[in-house]
Amino acid sequence: MMNNAFAQPMWLNGPAPGQFYNFMGGNTQAELPRELTTAGPFGTKHSTAAITTGSSVVGIRYAGGVLVAADTLVSYGSLARYQNIDRVFKINDKILLGGSGDFADIQSIKRSIDQKMIEDQCCNDGVVMKPKSLASWLTRVLYNRRSRMNPLYIDVVVAGVDEAGVPFLGNVDLRGRAYDDYVVATGFGRHLALPLVRERKPKDRDFTFEEASNLIRECMKVLYYRDTRSIPQYTVGICSASDCSVKGPFKVEENWTFAETVEGY
Amino acid sequence: MSTIGTGYDLSASQFSPDGRVFQIDYASKAVERSGTVIGIRGKDCVVLAVEKIIADQLYEPDAASRIFTIEKNIGMAIAGLMADGNYVADIARQEAANFRQQFERTIPLKYLCDRVSGYLHAYTLYSAVRPFGLSVLLASWDEADGAQLYKIEPSGTSFGYYACASGKAKQQAKTEMEKFKFADMNTDELVRSGGKIIYQVHDELKDKDFRFEMGIVGKETNGVHLINDASWSQLAIEAGEAAKNADDSENEI
Repeated sequence: MMNNAFAQPMWLNGPAPGQFYNFMGGNTQAELPRELTTAGPFGTKHSTAAITTGSSVVGIRYAGGVLVAADTLVSYGSLARYQNIDRVFKINDKILLGGSGDFADIQSIKRSIDQKMIEDQCCNDGVVMKPKSLASWLTRVLYNRRSRMNPLYIDVVVAGVDEAGVPFLGNVDLRGRAYDDYVVATGFGRHLALPLVRERKPKDRDFTFEEASNLIRECMKVLYYRDTRSIPQYTVGICSASDCSVKGPFKVEENWTFAETVEGY
Repeated sequence: MSTIGTGYDLSASQFSPDGRVFQIDYASKAVERSGTVIGIRGKDCVVLAVEKIIADQLYEPDAASRIFTIEKNIGMAIAGLMADGNYVADIARQEAANFRQQFERTIPLKYLCDRVSGYLHAYTLYSAVRPFGLSVLLASWDEADGAQLYKIEPSGTSFGYYACASGKAKQQAKTEMEKFKFADMNTDELVRSGGKIIYQVHDELKDKDFRFEMGIVGKETNGVHLINDASWSQLAIEAGEAAKNADDSENEI
Protein backbone atom coordinates (compact mmCIF):
# COMPACT_ATOMS: atom_id res chain seq x y z
CA MET A 1 0.00 0.00 0.00
CA MET A 2 1.65 3.16 -1.18
CA ASN A 3 -0.19 6.29 -0.32
CA ASN A 4 2.67 8.69 -0.43
CA ALA A 5 3.35 10.52 -3.64
CA PHE A 6 6.39 12.52 -2.68
CA ALA A 7 8.73 9.91 -1.24
CA GLN A 8 10.20 6.66 -2.53
CA PRO A 9 10.70 3.61 -0.30
CA MET A 10 13.85 4.14 1.76
CA TRP A 11 15.05 0.58 1.24
CA LEU A 12 13.80 -2.54 -0.47
CA ASN A 13 11.18 -4.49 1.44
CA GLY A 14 11.14 -1.75 4.03
CA PRO A 15 8.37 0.60 4.92
CA ALA A 16 7.73 3.56 2.68
CA PRO A 17 7.48 6.89 4.43
CA GLY A 18 3.88 7.31 5.38
CA GLN A 19 3.09 3.63 5.04
CA PHE A 20 2.03 3.40 8.66
CA TYR A 21 0.60 6.86 8.92
CA ASN A 22 -1.26 9.13 6.58
CA PHE A 23 0.76 12.27 6.48
CA MET A 24 -0.77 15.48 5.32
CA GLY A 25 -0.37 16.03 1.61
CA GLY A 26 -0.27 12.31 0.80
CA ASN A 27 -2.57 11.20 -1.97
CA THR A 28 -4.63 8.97 0.28
CA GLN A 29 -7.49 7.24 -1.41
CA ALA A 30 -10.32 7.05 1.02
CA GLU A 31 -12.02 3.70 0.74
CA LEU A 32 -15.76 3.91 0.33
CA PRO A 33 -17.96 2.01 2.76
CA ARG A 34 -18.91 -1.34 1.29
CA GLU A 35 -22.59 -0.56 0.98
CA LEU A 36 -21.70 2.35 -1.28
CA THR A 37 -19.60 0.38 -3.78
CA THR A 38 -20.87 -1.60 -6.73
CA ALA A 39 -21.74 -5.27 -6.58
CA GLY A 40 -19.01 -7.90 -6.77
CA PRO A 41 -18.72 -10.49 -9.59
CA PHE A 42 -21.50 -12.59 -8.07
CA GLY A 43 -23.75 -9.70 -7.17
CA THR A 44 -24.58 -8.42 -3.74
CA LYS A 45 -27.41 -9.64 -1.57
CA HIS A 46 -29.04 -6.87 0.39
CA SER A 47 -31.18 -7.60 3.39
CA THR A 48 -34.85 -7.85 2.47
CA ALA A 49 -36.37 -8.36 5.88
CA ALA A 50 -35.88 -7.53 9.50
CA ILE A 51 -34.54 -10.43 11.60
CA THR A 52 -34.42 -9.42 15.25
CA THR A 53 -37.22 -6.95 15.69
CA GLY A 54 -38.67 -4.54 18.17
CA SER A 55 -42.40 -3.94 17.99
CA SER A 56 -44.34 -0.71 18.58
CA VAL A 57 -43.06 2.61 19.84
CA VAL A 58 -45.61 5.19 20.99
CA GLY A 59 -44.91 8.88 21.43
CA ILE A 60 -47.24 11.57 22.78
CA ARG A 61 -46.59 15.28 22.88
CA TYR A 62 -47.97 17.32 25.77
CA ALA A 63 -47.75 20.97 26.72
CA GLY A 64 -44.06 21.47 27.51
CA GLY A 65 -42.65 18.04 26.64
CA VAL A 66 -42.92 14.63 25.08
CA LEU A 67 -43.28 11.03 26.22
CA VAL A 68 -41.96 8.06 24.26
CA ALA A 69 -42.69 4.49 25.28
CA ALA A 70 -41.69 1.07 23.99
CA ASP A 71 -41.78 -2.38 25.53
CA THR A 72 -38.45 -4.03 26.34
CA LEU A 73 -38.82 -6.95 23.95
CA VAL A 74 -36.66 -7.73 20.96
CA SER A 75 -38.10 -10.71 19.09
CA TYR A 76 -36.45 -13.22 16.81
CA GLY A 77 -39.32 -13.94 14.45
CA SER A 78 -42.16 -14.97 16.73
CA LEU A 79 -39.77 -15.99 19.50
CA ALA A 80 -39.61 -13.54 22.40
CA ARG A 81 -35.83 -13.75 22.31
CA TYR A 82 -34.50 -10.75 24.30
CA GLN A 83 -36.92 -9.56 26.94
CA ASN A 84 -34.97 -6.88 28.72
CA ILE A 85 -33.70 -4.47 26.08
CA ASP A 86 -34.37 -0.74 26.25
CA ARG A 87 -35.67 0.54 22.97
CA VAL A 88 -36.05 4.14 24.09
CA PHE A 89 -32.72 5.96 24.16
CA LYS A 90 -31.61 9.27 25.50
CA ILE A 91 -29.49 10.85 22.77
CA ASN A 92 -28.61 14.10 24.52
CA ASP A 93 -30.30 16.55 26.89
CA LYS A 94 -32.79 17.53 24.19
CA ILE A 95 -33.49 14.32 22.27
CA LEU A 96 -35.09 10.94 22.82
CA LEU A 97 -35.09 8.20 20.23
CA GLY A 98 -37.47 5.26 20.19
CA GLY A 99 -36.55 2.45 17.82
CA SER A 100 -38.60 -0.30 16.25
CA GLY A 101 -37.88 -2.62 13.38
CA ASP A 102 -34.59 -4.46 12.91
CA PHE A 103 -32.71 -4.03 16.15
CA ALA A 104 -29.29 -4.47 14.57
CA ASP A 105 -30.05 -1.54 12.30
CA ILE A 106 -31.27 0.47 15.28
CA GLN A 107 -28.02 -0.19 17.10
CA SER A 108 -26.06 0.72 14.00
CA ILE A 109 -27.80 4.06 13.49
CA LYS A 110 -27.57 4.75 17.22
CA ARG A 111 -23.80 4.32 17.07
CA SER A 112 -23.60 6.92 14.34
CA ILE A 113 -25.83 9.30 16.27
CA ASP A 114 -23.80 8.85 19.46
CA GLN A 115 -20.65 9.73 17.56
CA LYS A 116 -22.35 12.88 16.27
CA MET A 117 -23.15 13.85 19.85
CA ILE A 118 -19.49 13.46 20.79
CA GLU A 119 -18.55 15.67 17.85
CA ASP A 120 -21.09 18.20 19.13
CA GLN A 121 -19.38 18.11 22.48
CA CYS A 122 -15.88 18.42 20.99
CA CYS A 123 -16.90 21.68 19.29
CA ASN A 124 -17.36 23.16 22.77
CA ASP A 125 -19.62 25.91 21.49
CA GLY A 126 -22.50 24.93 23.73
CA VAL A 127 -24.63 24.08 20.71
CA VAL A 128 -26.35 20.71 20.91
CA MET A 129 -28.42 18.98 18.28
CA LYS A 130 -32.17 19.50 18.42
CA PRO A 131 -34.75 16.79 17.72
CA LYS A 132 -35.92 18.45 14.52
CA SER A 133 -32.37 18.40 13.11
CA LEU A 134 -31.90 14.76 14.02
CA ALA A 135 -35.19 13.78 12.41
CA SER A 136 -34.20 15.65 9.29
CA TRP A 137 -30.77 14.01 9.23
CA LEU A 138 -32.38 10.60 9.65
CA THR A 139 -34.65 11.20 6.65
CA ARG A 140 -31.55 11.90 4.55
CA VAL A 141 -29.68 8.81 5.72
CA LEU A 142 -32.66 6.49 5.41
CA TYR A 143 -33.76 7.85 2.05
CA ASN A 144 -30.20 7.51 0.81
CA ARG A 145 -30.08 3.90 1.91
CA ARG A 146 -33.42 3.10 0.29
CA SER A 147 -32.23 4.74 -2.93
CA ARG A 148 -29.31 2.30 -2.95
CA MET A 149 -31.79 -0.54 -2.58
CA ASN A 150 -30.23 -1.27 0.80
CA PRO A 151 -32.54 0.21 3.40
CA LEU A 152 -32.13 0.14 7.15
CA TYR A 153 -35.18 -1.79 8.36
CA ILE A 154 -36.14 0.64 11.05
CA ASP A 155 -39.04 2.82 12.05
CA VAL A 156 -37.98 5.40 14.60
CA VAL A 157 -39.65 8.00 16.78
CA VAL A 158 -37.64 11.16 17.35
CA ALA A 159 -38.78 13.31 20.23
CA GLY A 160 -37.51 16.15 22.34
CA VAL A 161 -37.53 19.86 22.91
CA ASP A 162 -35.74 22.69 21.11
CA GLU A 163 -33.74 25.53 22.69
CA ALA A 164 -36.93 27.43 23.49
CA GLY A 165 -38.44 24.38 25.19
CA VAL A 166 -40.95 23.78 22.40
CA PRO A 167 -41.62 20.04 22.16
CA PHE A 168 -41.18 18.10 18.93
CA LEU A 169 -42.42 14.63 18.14
CA GLY A 170 -41.79 12.98 14.81
CA ASN A 171 -41.46 9.69 13.02
CA VAL A 172 -39.05 8.56 10.30
CA ASP A 173 -39.38 5.21 8.60
CA LEU A 174 -37.16 2.95 6.53
CA ARG A 175 -37.79 4.84 3.28
CA GLY A 176 -37.05 8.21 4.84
CA ARG A 177 -40.70 9.22 5.01
CA ALA A 178 -41.26 11.55 7.89
CA TYR A 179 -44.02 13.45 9.67
CA ASP A 180 -44.52 15.09 13.01
CA ASP A 181 -47.64 15.29 15.12
CA TYR A 182 -48.91 15.35 18.72
CA VAL A 183 -49.03 11.58 18.61
CA VAL A 184 -46.88 9.18 16.59
CA ALA A 185 -46.60 5.43 16.72
CA THR A 186 -44.82 2.66 14.88
CA GLY A 187 -45.63 -0.98 14.25
CA PHE A 188 -48.85 -2.27 15.74
CA GLY A 189 -49.14 0.91 17.73
CA ARG A 190 -50.04 2.68 14.53
CA HIS A 191 -53.23 0.62 14.35
CA LEU A 192 -54.02 0.48 18.03
CA ALA A 193 -52.49 3.46 19.82
CA LEU A 194 -52.94 6.23 17.25
CA PRO A 195 -56.76 6.14 17.09
CA LEU A 196 -56.96 5.67 20.83
CA VAL A 197 -54.98 8.83 21.50
CA ARG A 198 -56.59 10.89 18.72
CA GLU A 199 -60.03 10.08 20.10
CA ARG A 200 -59.10 11.66 23.41
CA LYS A 201 -57.41 14.77 22.03
CA PRO A 202 -59.09 18.02 23.14
CA LYS A 203 -59.61 20.20 20.05
CA ASP A 204 -58.63 23.50 21.63
CA ARG A 205 -55.49 22.61 23.56
CA ASP A 206 -52.52 20.25 23.98
CA PHE A 207 -52.54 17.29 26.33
CA THR A 208 -51.40 17.92 29.88
CA PHE A 209 -48.61 15.78 31.29
CA GLU A 210 -51.15 13.82 33.36
CA GLU A 211 -53.31 13.05 30.35
CA ALA A 212 -50.30 12.08 28.27
CA SER A 213 -48.85 9.72 30.85
CA ASN A 214 -52.25 8.11 31.45
CA LEU A 215 -52.60 7.63 27.71
CA ILE A 216 -49.15 6.06 27.47
CA ARG A 217 -50.15 3.62 30.20
CA GLU A 218 -53.40 2.86 28.41
CA CYS A 219 -51.67 2.42 25.03
CA MET A 220 -49.04 0.06 26.40
CA LYS A 221 -51.79 -1.99 28.01
CA VAL A 222 -53.82 -2.25 24.83
CA LEU A 223 -50.68 -3.07 22.87
CA TYR A 224 -49.78 -5.81 25.29
CA TYR A 225 -53.24 -7.35 25.11
CA ARG A 226 -53.50 -7.26 21.32
CA ASP A 227 -49.97 -7.34 19.88
CA THR A 228 -48.51 -10.85 20.00
CA ARG A 229 -44.95 -9.47 19.65
CA SER A 230 -45.05 -7.62 22.95
CA ILE A 231 -44.44 -8.18 26.64
CA PRO A 232 -45.98 -6.49 29.68
CA GLN A 233 -42.86 -4.48 30.49
CA TYR A 234 -41.94 -1.11 29.01
CA THR A 235 -39.73 1.93 29.46
CA VAL A 236 -40.81 5.54 29.03
CA GLY A 237 -38.62 8.41 27.92
CA ILE A 238 -39.55 11.86 29.16
CA CYS A 239 -38.14 14.99 27.61
CA SER A 240 -39.02 18.52 28.67
CA ALA A 241 -37.04 21.73 29.10
CA SER A 242 -36.00 20.67 32.59
CA ASP A 243 -35.45 16.95 32.23
CA CYS A 244 -34.53 14.33 29.65
CA SER A 245 -34.35 10.76 30.82
CA VAL A 246 -35.62 7.24 30.31
CA LYS A 247 -37.69 5.88 33.18
CA GLY A 248 -38.74 2.39 34.02
CA PRO A 249 -39.08 -0.44 33.35
CA PHE A 250 -42.78 -0.36 34.21
CA LYS A 251 -45.21 -3.27 34.28
CA VAL A 252 -48.48 -3.34 32.39
CA GLU A 253 -51.43 -3.74 34.77
CA GLU A 254 -52.79 -6.90 33.29
CA ASN A 255 -56.01 -8.51 34.32
CA TRP A 256 -57.00 -11.84 32.83
CA THR A 257 -60.08 -12.62 34.93
CA PHE A 258 -62.29 -12.03 31.90
CA ALA A 259 -60.51 -14.91 30.19
CA GLU A 260 -62.43 -17.44 32.31
CA THR A 261 -65.62 -16.52 30.51
CA VAL A 262 -64.10 -16.69 27.05
CA GLU A 263 -65.01 -19.87 25.27
CA GLY A 264 -64.62 -21.41 21.88
CA TYR A 265 -61.00 -21.17 20.81
CA MET B 1 24.46 25.65 15.54
CA SER B 2 27.85 27.13 14.83
CA THR B 3 30.12 24.37 16.07
CA ILE B 4 30.00 20.66 15.51
CA GLY B 5 26.35 20.36 14.60
CA THR B 6 26.60 22.60 11.58
CA GLY B 7 24.58 21.34 8.67
CA TYR B 8 22.71 18.64 10.55
CA ASP B 9 19.68 20.71 11.43
CA LEU B 10 17.91 20.82 8.11
CA SER B 11 16.30 17.42 8.21
CA ALA B 12 14.42 15.43 10.80
CA SER B 13 15.80 12.24 9.28
CA GLN B 14 19.45 12.80 10.16
CA PHE B 15 21.37 12.66 13.42
CA SER B 16 24.06 15.14 14.28
CA PRO B 17 27.47 13.61 15.19
CA ASP B 18 26.76 14.11 18.89
CA GLY B 19 23.56 12.12 18.59
CA ARG B 20 20.82 14.72 18.37
CA VAL B 21 18.09 15.37 15.90
CA PHE B 22 18.11 19.13 15.74
CA GLN B 23 14.65 19.43 14.27
CA ILE B 24 13.27 17.94 17.48
CA ASP B 25 15.27 20.37 19.58
CA TYR B 26 13.88 23.24 17.54
CA ALA B 27 10.37 21.89 17.95
CA SER B 28 10.95 21.91 21.71
CA LYS B 29 11.99 25.54 21.41
CA ALA B 30 8.61 26.31 19.87
CA VAL B 31 7.02 24.75 22.94
CA GLU B 32 9.15 26.81 25.29
CA ARG B 33 8.01 30.03 23.60
CA SER B 34 4.37 29.24 24.29
CA GLY B 35 2.31 30.24 27.33
CA THR B 36 2.46 27.86 30.27
CA VAL B 37 0.18 24.88 30.50
CA ILE B 38 -0.16 22.59 33.48
CA GLY B 39 -1.97 19.38 34.26
CA ILE B 40 -2.63 18.19 37.79
CA ARG B 41 -4.18 14.96 38.94
CA GLY B 42 -6.17 14.77 42.15
CA LYS B 43 -8.06 12.06 43.96
CA ASP B 44 -10.96 11.80 41.57
CA CYS B 45 -10.39 14.65 39.17
CA VAL B 46 -7.87 16.05 36.67
CA VAL B 47 -7.42 19.72 35.89
CA LEU B 48 -5.75 21.18 32.82
CA ALA B 49 -4.92 24.86 33.14
CA VAL B 50 -3.53 27.21 30.52
CA GLU B 51 -2.00 30.65 30.62
CA LYS B 52 -3.24 31.89 27.26
CA ILE B 53 -1.23 34.95 26.39
CA ILE B 54 -3.36 37.45 24.54
CA ALA B 55 -1.21 38.36 21.56
CA ASP B 56 -3.66 40.94 20.28
CA GLN B 57 -6.35 42.85 22.14
CA LEU B 58 -8.59 42.60 19.08
CA TYR B 59 -8.99 38.84 19.40
CA GLU B 60 -12.24 37.51 20.77
CA PRO B 61 -11.75 36.22 24.32
CA ASP B 62 -12.29 32.58 23.36
CA ALA B 63 -10.09 32.73 20.26
CA ALA B 64 -7.28 30.23 19.92
CA SER B 65 -8.36 28.08 22.82
CA ARG B 66 -5.60 25.70 23.80
CA ILE B 67 -7.78 23.14 25.53
CA PHE B 68 -9.73 20.60 23.51
CA THR B 69 -12.29 17.91 24.16
CA ILE B 70 -11.27 14.63 22.52
CA GLU B 71 -13.93 12.32 23.90
CA LYS B 72 -16.72 12.72 26.43
CA ASN B 73 -14.27 12.24 29.28
CA ILE B 74 -10.94 13.09 27.66
CA GLY B 75 -9.40 16.53 27.58
CA MET B 76 -6.29 17.71 25.81
CA ALA B 77 -4.21 20.83 26.38
CA ILE B 78 -1.30 22.01 24.30
CA ALA B 79 1.76 24.17 24.57
CA GLY B 80 3.35 25.18 21.29
CA LEU B 81 2.07 25.92 17.81
CA MET B 82 -1.66 26.49 17.72
CA ALA B 83 -2.15 25.15 14.20
CA ASP B 84 -0.26 21.95 14.99
CA GLY B 85 -2.42 21.61 18.08
CA ASN B 86 -5.65 21.84 16.11
CA TYR B 87 -4.43 19.16 13.75
CA VAL B 88 -3.27 16.79 16.48
CA ALA B 89 -6.57 17.31 18.34
CA ASP B 90 -8.33 16.18 15.19
CA ILE B 91 -6.08 13.12 14.92
CA ALA B 92 -6.77 12.27 18.55
CA ARG B 93 -10.52 12.60 17.97
CA GLN B 94 -10.34 10.29 14.98
CA GLU B 95 -8.35 7.82 17.03
CA ALA B 96 -10.97 7.96 19.80
CA ALA B 97 -13.86 7.63 17.34
CA ASN B 98 -12.15 4.71 15.65
CA PHE B 99 -11.70 2.92 18.94
CA ARG B 100 -15.32 3.52 19.87
CA GLN B 101 -16.49 2.15 16.54
CA GLN B 102 -14.50 -1.03 17.01
CA PHE B 103 -15.02 -1.73 20.69
CA GLU B 104 -18.15 0.26 21.63
CA ARG B 105 -16.51 1.86 24.59
CA THR B 106 -14.43 4.90 25.37
CA ILE B 107 -10.77 4.69 24.45
CA PRO B 108 -8.50 4.10 27.47
CA LEU B 109 -6.27 7.12 27.90
CA LYS B 110 -3.15 4.97 27.97
CA TYR B 111 -4.02 3.62 24.55
CA LEU B 112 -4.92 7.03 23.12
CA CYS B 113 -1.64 8.38 24.46
CA ASP B 114 0.25 5.53 22.79
CA ARG B 115 -1.44 6.21 19.47
CA VAL B 116 -0.95 9.97 19.51
CA SER B 117 2.65 9.73 20.67
CA GLY B 118 3.30 7.17 17.93
CA TYR B 119 1.88 9.67 15.49
CA LEU B 120 4.05 12.50 16.78
CA HIS B 121 7.07 10.22 16.72
CA ALA B 122 6.49 9.31 13.07
CA TYR B 123 6.94 12.97 12.24
CA THR B 124 10.47 12.88 13.64
CA LEU B 125 11.61 10.15 11.24
CA TYR B 126 11.38 11.54 7.74
CA SER B 127 13.04 14.33 5.85
CA ALA B 128 9.85 15.26 4.05
CA VAL B 129 8.07 16.36 7.22
CA ARG B 130 8.81 18.43 10.29
CA PRO B 131 8.10 17.40 13.87
CA PHE B 132 5.12 18.95 15.64
CA GLY B 133 6.01 21.97 17.74
CA LEU B 134 3.82 20.65 20.49
CA SER B 135 3.73 19.40 24.00
CA VAL B 136 0.45 17.55 24.45
CA LEU B 137 -1.25 16.98 27.78
CA LEU B 138 -3.98 14.34 27.89
CA ALA B 139 -6.32 14.00 30.84
CA SER B 140 -9.25 11.76 31.62
CA TRP B 141 -11.35 10.40 34.43
CA ASP B 142 -13.56 7.34 34.52
CA GLU B 143 -15.04 5.09 37.15
CA ALA B 144 -12.75 2.15 36.34
CA ASP B 145 -9.36 3.80 35.92
CA GLY B 146 -9.85 6.97 37.95
CA ALA B 147 -7.94 10.12 37.13
CA GLN B 148 -5.20 9.88 34.51
CA LEU B 149 -2.74 12.35 33.10
CA TYR B 150 -0.20 11.93 30.31
CA LYS B 151 2.20 14.25 28.55
CA ILE B 152 3.68 13.78 25.07
CA GLU B 153 6.77 15.66 23.93
CA PRO B 154 7.59 16.71 20.34
CA SER B 155 9.93 13.72 20.10
CA GLY B 156 6.99 11.38 20.63
CA THR B 157 8.00 10.26 24.08
CA SER B 158 5.20 10.09 26.61
CA PHE B 159 4.87 9.53 30.34
CA GLY B 160 2.10 9.37 32.91
CA TYR B 161 2.22 12.08 35.57
CA TYR B 162 0.75 13.19 38.88
CA ALA B 163 1.43 16.75 37.77
CA CYS B 164 3.20 18.17 34.75
CA ALA B 165 3.89 21.46 33.02
CA SER B 166 5.04 22.77 29.65
CA GLY B 167 5.73 26.12 28.07
CA LYS B 168 7.45 29.29 29.19
CA ALA B 169 7.34 28.85 32.94
CA LYS B 170 7.69 25.09 32.99
CA GLN B 171 10.46 25.11 35.60
CA GLN B 172 8.73 27.60 37.87
CA ALA B 173 5.49 25.68 37.62
CA LYS B 174 7.24 22.44 38.47
CA THR B 175 8.83 24.05 41.51
CA GLU B 176 5.39 25.28 42.62
CA MET B 177 3.79 21.92 41.99
CA GLU B 178 6.34 20.04 44.08
CA LYS B 179 5.01 21.92 47.12
CA PHE B 180 1.60 20.27 46.83
CA LYS B 181 0.40 16.75 47.24
CA PHE B 182 -2.16 16.61 44.48
CA ALA B 183 -2.93 12.91 44.72
CA ASP B 184 -4.97 13.44 47.91
CA MET B 185 -6.73 16.59 46.77
CA ASN B 186 -10.45 16.86 46.23
CA THR B 187 -11.87 18.67 43.23
CA ASP B 188 -12.23 22.10 44.85
CA GLU B 189 -8.68 22.14 46.18
CA LEU B 190 -7.29 20.91 42.89
CA VAL B 191 -9.09 23.58 40.89
CA ARG B 192 -7.90 26.28 43.28
CA SER B 193 -4.28 25.19 43.13
CA GLY B 194 -4.53 25.03 39.34
CA GLY B 195 -5.56 28.68 39.29
CA LYS B 196 -2.95 29.57 41.86
CA ILE B 197 -0.06 28.06 39.92
CA ILE B 198 -0.94 29.64 36.59
CA TYR B 199 -1.40 33.09 38.13
CA GLN B 200 1.85 32.77 40.08
CA VAL B 201 4.02 31.73 37.14
CA HIS B 202 2.64 34.37 34.79
CA ASP B 203 5.34 36.95 34.13
CA GLU B 204 3.61 40.35 34.14
CA LEU B 205 6.71 42.22 33.04
CA LYS B 206 7.65 40.17 30.01
CA ASP B 207 4.21 39.19 28.81
CA LYS B 208 1.06 41.00 27.99
CA ASP B 209 -2.26 40.10 29.48
CA PHE B 210 -3.34 36.52 29.65
CA ARG B 211 -6.57 34.63 29.87
CA PHE B 212 -6.92 31.75 32.27
CA GLU B 213 -8.32 28.66 30.60
CA MET B 214 -9.23 25.46 32.31
CA GLY B 215 -10.36 21.98 31.40
CA ILE B 216 -11.74 19.76 34.10
CA VAL B 217 -12.88 16.16 34.18
CA GLY B 218 -13.68 14.09 37.23
CA LYS B 219 -16.30 12.50 39.40
CA GLU B 220 -17.93 15.84 40.18
CA THR B 221 -18.34 16.68 36.50
CA ASN B 222 -20.02 13.27 36.03
CA GLY B 223 -17.09 12.11 33.95
CA VAL B 224 -17.64 14.81 31.34
CA HIS B 225 -14.75 17.01 30.24
CA LEU B 226 -15.72 20.66 30.62
CA ILE B 227 -13.80 23.59 29.19
CA ASN B 228 -14.01 26.94 30.99
CA ASP B 229 -17.06 25.86 32.96
CA ALA B 230 -18.31 29.05 34.61
CA SER B 231 -18.42 27.97 38.25
CA TRP B 232 -15.20 25.93 38.28
CA SER B 233 -13.27 28.59 36.40
CA GLN B 234 -14.49 31.26 38.80
CA LEU B 235 -13.18 29.21 41.71
CA ALA B 236 -9.77 28.87 40.06
CA ILE B 237 -9.52 32.50 38.98
CA GLU B 238 -10.46 33.77 42.44
CA ALA B 239 -7.79 31.56 44.02
CA GLY B 240 -5.31 32.71 41.38
CA GLU B 241 -6.01 36.43 41.86
CA ALA B 242 -5.76 36.00 45.63
CA ALA B 243 -2.41 34.21 45.35
CA LYS B 244 -1.09 36.87 42.99
CA ASN B 245 -2.17 39.73 45.28
CA ALA B 246 -0.59 37.98 48.27
CA ASP B 247 2.66 37.67 46.32
CA ASP B 248 2.56 41.31 45.27
CA SER B 249 2.05 42.62 48.81
CA GLU B 250 4.94 40.45 49.98
CA ASN B 251 7.19 42.07 47.41
CA GLU B 252 6.23 45.57 48.55
CA ILE B 253 7.45 44.92 52.10
